[in-house]
Amino acid sequence: MNIVVVLKQTPDTESVIRIAADGKSVVTDGFKWIINPYDEFAVEAALRLKQQHGGTVTILSYGPQRVVESIRTALAMGADNAVMIADDAIESYGRLKLAKAVAAAIKQLNADIVLMGSRAVDYDMAQRGPMVAEFLDWPHLPLAVSIECDGSKVTIQRPIEGGKVTMQSTLPVLVTFGGSHAVWNPRYASLPGIMKAKKKPLATKSLADLGLDAAEFTPDKAKVRNISLEMPAERAAGRIINGDLDTAGKAAELVRVLHEEAKVI
Amino acid sequence: MSKCVCVVAEYRAGDFRRVAYEVASEGKRIADILGTNVCAVLVGSNVMDKAPTLGRYGVDKVYVADDPALENYLPETHVPVIADLIKKCDPALVLLSASVDGKDLSARLSARLEEGLVQDCTEIVVDGGKIKVKKPIYAGKCLAWSQWAEGAMPLISCRPNVMSCMAPMEDKKAEVEKVDVAVPQARSSVTGLELDTSGRVGLSGAEIIVSGGRGMKEASNFSILEELAKLLGAAVGASRAAVDSGWRPHADQVGQTGKVVNPNLYIAAGISGAIQHLAGMGSSKFIVAINKDADAPIFSKADYGIVEDLFAFIPALTEEVRKLKSTCS
Repeated sequence: MNIVVVLKQTPDTESVIRIAADGKSVVTDGFKWIINPYDEFAVEAALRLKQQHGGTVTILSYGPQRVVESIRTALAMGADNAVMIADDAIESYGRLKLAKAVAAAIKQLNADIVLMGSRAVDYDMAQRGPMVAEFLDWPHLPLAVSIECDGSKVTIQRPIEGGKVTMQSTLPVLVTFGGSHAVWNPRYASLPGIMKAKKKPLATKSLADLGLDAAEFTPDKAKVRNISLEMPAERAAGRIINGDLDTAGKAAELVRVLHEEAKVI
Repeated sequence: MSKCVCVVAEYRAGDFRRVAYEVASEGKRIADILGTNVCAVLVGSNVMDKAPTLGRYGVDKVYVADDPALENYLPETHVPVIADLIKKCDPALVLLSASVDGKDLSARLSARLEEGLVQDCTEIVVDGGKIKVKKPIYAGKCLAWSQWAEGAMPLISCRPNVMSCMAPMEDKKAEVEKVDVAVPQARSSVTGLELDTSGRVGLSGAEIIVSGGRGMKEASNFSILEELAKLLGAAVGASRAAVDSGWRPHADQVGQTGKVVNPNLYIAAGISGAIQHLAGMGSSKFIVAINKDADAPIFSKADYGIVEDLFAFIPALTEEVRKLKSTCS
């Protein structure tokens, strides 16, 4: 089975976010860069599919040179090879253009199944997977928290508000992943894995290599523009319920303020 | 009259979801500013009876695709059908729901229509006739404003429970046009739908959430939070530490790699307040933190803090809530 995982690099979820001087980007100095956690779940699911069905796992990523480190991490987890769309500004061309570039790269890879996170922990746009599926004219199965494959058919479960849905598709199909670390428990890269990863093939592609017209991939052609960032309003300093009271007294005081002042219970 | 505002009304298991009314109300608010009317798109099976009721939330006309094959949300069938109905409306902009299905639909629709989308918006502003939207990024650590290129048709998915729902105009009915659509053949299908009928309150849409973290020590201790939640009509949430420890299901996780929630009251018990958790609950209206460590970062976000051992405090709190409920009822 030819498995492709689309991977984005994002800042670690523990990162502190500050707005840069331009007022519309964030300060990236000091960021620790990681594989977008939802994409990491897709890497884990891909490696399990390979264990069951054989084949290869190809990592497909995009962005500036720093992304190579995350690609190597995925290779060290057990993926076989990688393709990187090397373009420092790829995200500034808009989500539609990014999805077109990813779809073009997937077409060159002859994939049976494409896996990726349902969203990224930075801009949380939740757009890439469904857009790529549309450009490939493939079905997609969204927000999987489990996946099973019998070699020709894929079944997933997805949570919805107040319930869950089971969905199925024939191959080829694109699957986006939800869930959490506890659900997927993505494996760590082993030391031998890290050594091997250094020698695994990583092909670098430009937009032209993908058969795309670079003139269409410019920030001024983006349909949506980020115009400014702002920090959320700071919460007013809270108050600690009187420390002189005993436990029952504090509980009574809390219920009183929630009922009479905040009016939330 | 200029082009309409189009709203895509989310429908499940025989009725509109509440977010459909929020999106319609917001559509009406924007249409009034732009001096135009509101069209809705409704897709499902046996939905004709309900279609006119969207008029109560400001919708003038509903375009309906009604087909047994459209019973459950399936990207392969819903996206092409909804895209065709939107083209029929020929709107200036489209509002959708940033619900689980709505976000998925919006993204694929954006590619099909080749129009730009901003997901999970919390505010829409009309600025000199141009649309501007705000959305949380980095799970709410920061907020981003976006605008569309000249001539573009904005696609905007609206975060549930944020935009206000108008008081329904009981006697108002929307005009309904049933559109004959060819539902495409699909390779994918929905093979099961299980709705939770236990009466347990889910995190999305809960007005009160009681969450536990590492300080809960083990899975069985969550019973004290369950008891308090039941009295308050609240949902039970958990920090990543509690979920990673296997004490709670992943669906209960609040934070940057879980759900972002915005209840009226969030009670954090034994949660230290890692930045990834704070991002997920920081927009709650009132936050109560219970922790025996007075230096825990959660206290910096809390409106009310209690420095106590939660195993002593939660039962005392439950008792006080019980007293309050018995005097109120």
